[in-house]
Amino acid sequence: MGKINRTSKKRYIVHVCLGTGCISGGSLNIYKSLKQQVDSLKIKNVLINFTGCHGFCQRGPIVDIEPGGIFYSEVKEEDVTDIVQQHLKKGKFVDRLFYRHPSTGETIPCSRDIPFYSRQQRIILRNCGHINPENIGDYLAVGGYESLKKVLTEMTPEQVISEISSSGLRGRGGAGFLTGLKWDLCHRSPGNEKYIICNADEGDPGAFMDRSILEADPHSVLEGMLIGAYAIGANQGYIYCRAEYPLALERLRIALRQMEEHGFLGNDILGSGFNFHIKIKEGAGAFVCGEETALIASIEGKRGMPRTRPPFPAISGLWGKPTIINNVKTLASVPVIIAKGSNWYSGIGTEKSKGTVVFALTGKIANSGLVEVPMGIELRELIYEIGGGISGGRKFKAAQTGGPSGGCLPASMLNLPIDYESLADAGSIMGSGGMIVMDEDTCVVDIARYFLIFTQAESCGKCVPCRVGTRQMLIILERITKGDGVPGDVELLERLANTVKLGSLCGLGQTAPNPVLTTIRYFRSEYEEHINNKRCPALVCKELISFYILPEKCKGCRICFKNCPVGAISGGKKLIHVINHERCIKCGTCFDVCPKRFSAVVKVSGKQIKVPEKPIPISK
Amino acid sequence: MFITKLVEIFNEYKGEKGAVIPILQKVQDKLGYLSQEVISEIAKFSRMSETEVFGVASFYAQFRFTRCGDHVIRVCLGTACHVSGGERILDEVTRELGVSPGETTEDYKFSLERVACLGCCALAPVMVVDKTVYTKMKLPKVRGVLQTYGENK
Ligand SMILES: Cc1cc2nc3c(=O)[nH]c(=O)nc-3n(C[C@H](O)[C@H](O)[C@H](O)COP(=O)(O)O)c2cc1C
Ligand code: FES
Repeated sequence: MGKINRTSKKRYIVHVCLGTGCISGGSLNIYKSLKQQVDSLKIKNVLINFTGCHGFCQRGPIVDIEPGGIFYSEVKEEDVTDIVQQHLKKGKFVDRLFYRHPSTGETIPCSRDIPFYSRQQRIILRNCGHINPENIGDYLAVGGYESLKKVLTEMTPEQVISEISSSGLRGRGGAGFLTGLKWDLCHRSPGNEKYIICNADEGDPGAFMDRSILEADPHSVLEGMLIGAYAIGANQGYIYCRAEYPLALERLRIALRQMEEHGFLGNDILGSGFNFHIKIKEGAGAFVCGEETALIASIEGKRGMPRTRPPFPAISGLWGKPTIINNVKTLASVPVIIAKGSNWYSGIGTEKSKGTVVFALTGKIANSGLVEVPMGIELRELIYEIGGGISGGRKFKAAQTGGPSGGCLPASMLNLPIDYESLADAGSIMGSGGMIVMDEDTCVVDIARYFLIFTQAESCGKCVPCRVGTRQMLIILERITKGDGVPGDVELLERLANTVKLGSLCGLGQTAPNPVLTTIRYFRSEYEEHINNKRCPALVCKELISFYILPEKCKGCRICFKNCPVGAISGGKKLIHVINHERCIKCGTCFDVCPKRFSAVVKVSGKQIKVPEKPIPISK
Repeated sequence: MFITKLVEIFNEYKGEKGAVIPILQKVQDKLGYLSQEVISEIAKFSRMSETEVFGVASFYAQFRFTRCGDHVIRVCLGTACHVSGGERILDEVTRELGVSPGETTEDYKFSLERVACLGCCALAPVMVVDKTVYTKMKLPKVRGVLQTYGENK
């Protein structure tokens, strides 16, 4: 973990997380209030700083105080006074804000001792949560731009490429292509007009790795981009970032300005004669534009439709010129590899998958957030040790990696080492780092339907099997989840899936059937339950479930009666309430609001429960 | 007049290759949506046909061709939000407002959209009104959130 030398001058440095997650929890007010109170009390030697995402979004807003790495979580604005009065003035910790181990209840004051952090190995996220992303000085203080200097003054482009090649770095955008090899191809392509593009389109719905990195440590990505540009011989770079990421865009703009001021961007960078300029392009909301040839079309101002490869962009890309496209995380890895050497990097991970991988761990997991682990780690360790297991003590059902292009890994695969090859063997893909954890209350057929809604809508329409095939698959999945499935539907889905895979030009269509195929592969019986018995075992598919109020448990408290949005519940004080199934829209509100001590509302599928037809008085 | 605003934007992009998407983005930012007249002006400036400009604009989900409401409500249906009940939240908003995603209420108070991941997955389900993010949404909270905006305007 990067320590900032300047800390020594201050007694305390307070880092308030201003990542998107913590901001939505109110961290901006915490930051302002800390500054204000420290100012008005004239406490000296305290620096109130802010950082990007610490990764532990679940426990946000997060305030971290150096020295000691004291970690306060779930901080509220009201807690600021205590932090200032106790910690910053008297040096006493505010124990009640410490992280509590969910099972042992033990309090853990320092972030490095919290299992969520202690088992991670942070290379790509090395600076996230430790430096102020809007201050290049913070980045310089942790050795930022040293690798660029080294490259520009001591290394030839060939040496840079050879260093990256021997590190074994593979692209973190999904396909895992060897970065050194790609750079070499582009380097050797003739012509002196070349481009490098940072792919920050992050299309996987449910993943936020790239966004968090750009928000927390934009300079690492930009430094990597400059090194790549030097290696391939590009003088112009583009960052293609989703418009839905306003904070990332703002911090990128600030970073670019500061780079120019420090002479890291523009003409004759650091007196080396190397010129480089960067433009930001905002994506306009099309998942397929994450695909490299579609992305290029979009920068050229066209509809973002993929084209056939070869020629690969490294030979003929933007405006027909040799172009390198790399993911945010790939580029962020480059400066460290240059600084620490390829030997160090290739010592991490497995034989074919080197280095670390960042996951956005979400879904039904106790510790949601951003984690970075060495390649080859077992799924079990990721879910149970780092992720803290399933929230609410439920049972693990599956983990989905690779988003709409990936697949799910069932409980029998908890021992699977996570790397490119094993995930592919299991029918999924590494993807760019989304990992959604599902428990028993998640229906895999519903998940497959969900992903197909997404890919079906995002198919650019060029290839018929992708455009029409995904639509057909969706129609079948919809009828299964509605209880209208017919025997043979699963086989039909498998046939269609293979056609879509084979008949599509780009990765979108080639991988769109993966979520369906893996859920069929590991949970076939669940599909059959829906089709043959019209039952959703996870109690998710709306058309297959019903809600009942158990007469022996209902206390006539009227809470469900008052909350039902469609007036489907009849009842009254001290009467047993009854749900009108004709009117019920199965929103589940009654289930949620019924007080836990009564638990009178139940959700069932494939069976009926005998209840009174009309409200009747509660029998004592 | 919108023409002067357009000219200002066009001036920034004179001579730049493939600038039609950033132009469309800036124009929508300034004018709220892309009317037919606006598209036709952009086509003239970019030396493209109107069909081509519309073809590009309609490819991307970001662009709107009708006026939107005073407040834009976005309900997240990213994967994390989906498994935590995002669809139920969307249903509830739809019911409260009486419009489907992609539509605007008759009084132009609210536009409703569905989005895929807002980046606060750890706090799912999430909805955003204008720039304010509402996390860990529950059905009974929806009405309250809408009311705060209903009364302002
Ligand atoms: C449909 C589709 C969507 C993609 N989305 C992304 C994305 O959001 N981010 C990304 O970095 N790569 C994405 N890719 C992969 C890119 O095409 C490309 O392989 C990658 O950006 C190369 O960078 P890397 O070598 O550093 O991984 C996508 C590919 C496909 C087929
Ligand atoms: S899935 Fe909703 S914020 Fe990410």
